[in-house]
Amino acid sequence: MPPLVSVGDAPTLVERGRDAAGIALIALLLGIPMIGLSTVDQSGALRVLTRWPLLGVFVAVAFCGRLLLRYALDRLKSRLRTRGRQAAAASARHGRVLTAVGWLAFALALVLPLVFADNRYVVDIATTVLIYVMLGWGLNVVVGLAGLLDLGHAAFYAVGAYAYALLATQFGWSFWAALPVAGLIAAVFGLALGWPCLRLRGDYLAIVTLGFGEIIRVVLVNWTELSGGPNGISSIPRPSFFGLPFAPSGNAPTFASSFGLEFSPMHRLIFLYYVILALSLLTNALVARLRRLPVGRAWEAMREDEIACRALGMNVTNVKLSAFALGAMLGGVAGVFFAARQGFISPESFTFNESAIILAIVVLGGMGSQLGVVLASLVLVLIPELGRDFSEYRMLLFGAAMILIMIWRPGGILAHREPTLRHAAAGGGHA
Amino acid sequence: MPEASAAGGVMPLLSVENLTMRFGGLAAIDDLSFDVPAGRISAVIGPNGAGKTTFFNCLTGFYKSTAGSVRLNHPELGVLRLESLPSHQVARLARIVRTFQNIRLFPKMTVLENLIVAQHNVLQQASRFSLAGLFGLPSYRRAEARAVDKAVDWLRRLDLIDKADVPAGALPYGTQRRVEIARALCADPLLLCLDEPAAGLNPRESGELNELLLRLVKEERLTLLLIEHDMSVVMNVSDHICVLNYGRKIAEGTPDEIRNDPHVIKAYLGEEEEEEEEEDAAGAVQAKAIGART
Ligand SMILES: Nc1ncnc2c1ncn2[C@@H]1O[C@H](COP(=O)(O)OP(=O)(O)OP(=O)(O)O)[C@@H](O)[C@H]1O
Ligand SMILES: [Mg+2]
Repeated sequence: MPPLVSVGDAPTLVERGRDAAGIALIALLLGIPMIGLSTVDQSGALRVLTRWPLLGVFVAVAFCGRLLLRYALDRLKSRLRTRGRQAAAASARHGRVLTAVGWLAFALALVLPLVFADNRYVVDIATTVLIYVMLGWGLNVVVGLAGLLDLGHAAFYAVGAYAYALLATQFGWSFWAALPVAGLIAAVFGLALGWPCLRLRGDYLAIVTLGFGEIIRVVLVNWTELSGGPNGISSIPRPSFFGLPFAPSGNAPTFASSFGLEFSPMHRLIFLYYVILALSLLTNALVARLRRLPVGRAWEAMREDEIACRALGMNVTNVKLSAFALGAMLGGVAGVFFAARQGFISPESFTFNESAIILAIVVLGGMGSQLGVVLASLVLVLIPELGRDFSEYRMLLFGAAMILIMIWRPGGILAHREPTLRHAAAGGGHA
Repeated sequence: MPEASAAGGVMPLLSVENLTMRFGGLAAIDDLSFDVPAGRISAVIGPNGAGKTTFFNCLTGFYKSTAGSVRLNHPELGVLRLESLPSHQVARLARIVRTFQNIRLFPKMTVLENLIVAQHNVLQQASRFSLAGLFGLPSYRRAEARAVDKAVDWLRRLDLIDKADVPAGALPYGTQRRVEIARALCADPLLLCLDEPAAGLNPRESGELNELLLRLVKEERLTLLLIEHDMSVVMNVSDHICVLNYGRKIAEGTPDEIRNDPHVIKAYLGEEEEEEEEEDAAGAVQAKAIGART
C-alpha cells in the first residue's frame, strides 16, 4: 500500500503516476482515430492503414510529458510560496533595471536600420516585430490593464486597415490624414463592441469578443462592393516622405532626387520602419502616461476588483468603454500602417489566428507590462522565422516555446508591476 | 415599532422603511424598518445568515430591493432615495461608502494607489477627460498632490504609512482590514458602512479598531453603521443596535437594552431554550460582553 497521507501538497509517486496514466489514457482514446488509423489513397480507393507503433510513442510521450509538467508545476508552486515577501523591497531596484533595458532596446531599435541598411530581410522582420509591438500595446490596455479578455483584437486591426485602404483608394486621402481618422473609426467600433459587453466578464466576454472578430471578418469577406470580398483591396498608396514619393527619378521630384541619393527600394522600407517605430513610441508614451492618470488607475483597479470600484463611486461603464475604445484605436492605427506597408489587404490577414497571436504576446509578455510586450513580440515573430530550417516542425517549436515560457514564468516574461506613484519617491519615505 | 425613540431623538441620517429583499422564496430581509442617527455609531447584529450583508448590499445599490425604501437626509442635496440609485451613485452622490466582509482591496496595487483610486471621481474631474492630465497641466498636478496628501494623512492616522508602497495583497489580514477602512475614508463618506471590520483581528487590533471608530465619529463627525459579530466591539462602541434574525428585526435599542432582550438571547442561544433558562443565558451574554470589555 502506498502511504495514505501525503505531506502538504507534494504528491506521492503513485499519485503522479495515476495522474499521468489518466492523461495517457485520454491520449490513447484520442489517438486511435487520429493517429492509429490513417487512410491512404490507393489507386483511387481509400485503404485504412494502422500505425500502432506511432500511437504507442504518442501515448508514451503524453505520459512522460504529463509527469514532467506536473513535477515542474509543483516545484514552481512551492518556490513561489517560499518567495513573496521580500519582493516589495526589491521592486524599486527591479524597476530601474527594466527602465534601463527599455532605453537600451530603444537605442538598438533606432540604429538597427542604419546597420542593416542593405539587408531587406532584417528590416522587414524588424518592421513586423514593431507592428506586433504596437498591436500588443493596444491590446495590453484592454487585457493587461483593464483585465477584459478580448479575443477579437484583429477586428480593430482590420477596421483600421480597411478604413485607410478605402479612404486612400476611393477618396484619395493621404496616409497622414487617414491615420487619425481611421484610428477614430476603429475606436467607434471599439465602443460598439464594448457596449454589449458591459455586463460580461471572463469567459463570456472572451466568447463575445471572439464572435465580434469573426463578424467583422465575415462581413469583409461577403460585402464585396465595399471590401472587395476575398480578393481584398490592392494598390493601396504607400506613404510618401512628406510629399516626396519613393520612386525612381522621373520628372517630379522624388525622395532620392531631392536628397541627391541613388534610388534604392530600401529607402521606403527604412522609412516605413521609422514610421512604425515612431507610432509605437508614441503609443508607448501615451499608454505609459495614461496609466499614471485616473483613467489608468481605474483600469487597473477594475481588473483587480470591479465591485470595490463601484463601492468607491467609480462608474465602471465609462472605465470599460474607455479601455475598449483606446485599445481599438491603437489596433486601428496599427492596421493603417499595415495596409500602407503591404499595399494589399484581404480578410485573410485578420483571422482569429492573428487575435490569438496578439493575445499570446500580451500574456506571454506579462499582463500590463509594456516592455514585456516588446520581448514577447520578438520571441513570437523570431521563433517562426528562425524555425524555418525546421520546416514542418516550426509550429511545434513555436508551441513548445510558449509552453516553456509559461512554465518558467507563469506571470509572463516580465511580471513586474511598477507602481504608478510612490510615497518614498515623493520624499515622505525616509522622513 | 417606535423608531424615533429608538434613534435616541437624534435626527436620522438614514431611514429604512419596510425594506424587503427576496431571493426566490427566501426573504433575506423581511420588512425591515430602521433609522440610523446622524453622528453616531449604529450596529447591525444577528446570527449567521440573518441578512446583515444583504441589508448592506441593498443600502449601497448592489442589490435591488424587492420592496421598501431607503432615504438619506443629505446635508446639501436634501432627501435622496437610495433604492433607485446604482451602486456607484450611492457612493458618489449619497456618499455612503462601505467595506466588505471578505476584504476587497486592489491586491496588486500599492496601499497608496488603493487610496488614490478611492478619490477617482475628484481626480478624474480634475484631469478633464485625461487631457489636463496628459499634458501635466498645473491644475491637475495640484489636484493629484492634494489627493496624495489626503491619502498620506489617512495612512499616518491609521499607522499604515510605512506600508504605503507595499502591494495591498502582500499585507497581513488585520492590516488589510485597516487599509480597506483607510481607502473608504479617502472616498469622503457621510455614512461609513463597515461589514465585520473586526473579523480576523486579534484582541489588540480590535481594541485599536474600537478607538479608531470612536475617534472617527468624534473628530470627523462621521456616521458609522457596522455589522459585527465581535461583541467586544459592538457593545463598547455602538450607540444604537439593531438585531436581525432570519431577515426580521427582532430588537433595537441601546447596548444595555439589547443585552437584556429575551428575543436576542433566544436568537443567539437557540430557540429550544426553556423560559427559566433565559435568565442564565442573559447572564452569560452579559458576562461575555463585560469580559471582552476589560
Ligand atoms: N445573491 C444571493 N442569492 C441568493 N441568496 C442570497 C444571496 N445573498 C444572500 N443570500 C441569502 O440571504 C441570506 C442572508 O445572507 P447574508 O449574507 O445577508 O447573511 P449575513 O447576516 O451577512 O451572515 P454572516 O454573518 O454569515 O455574514 C442567506 O440565507 C443567504 O444565503
Ligand atoms: Mg455577512
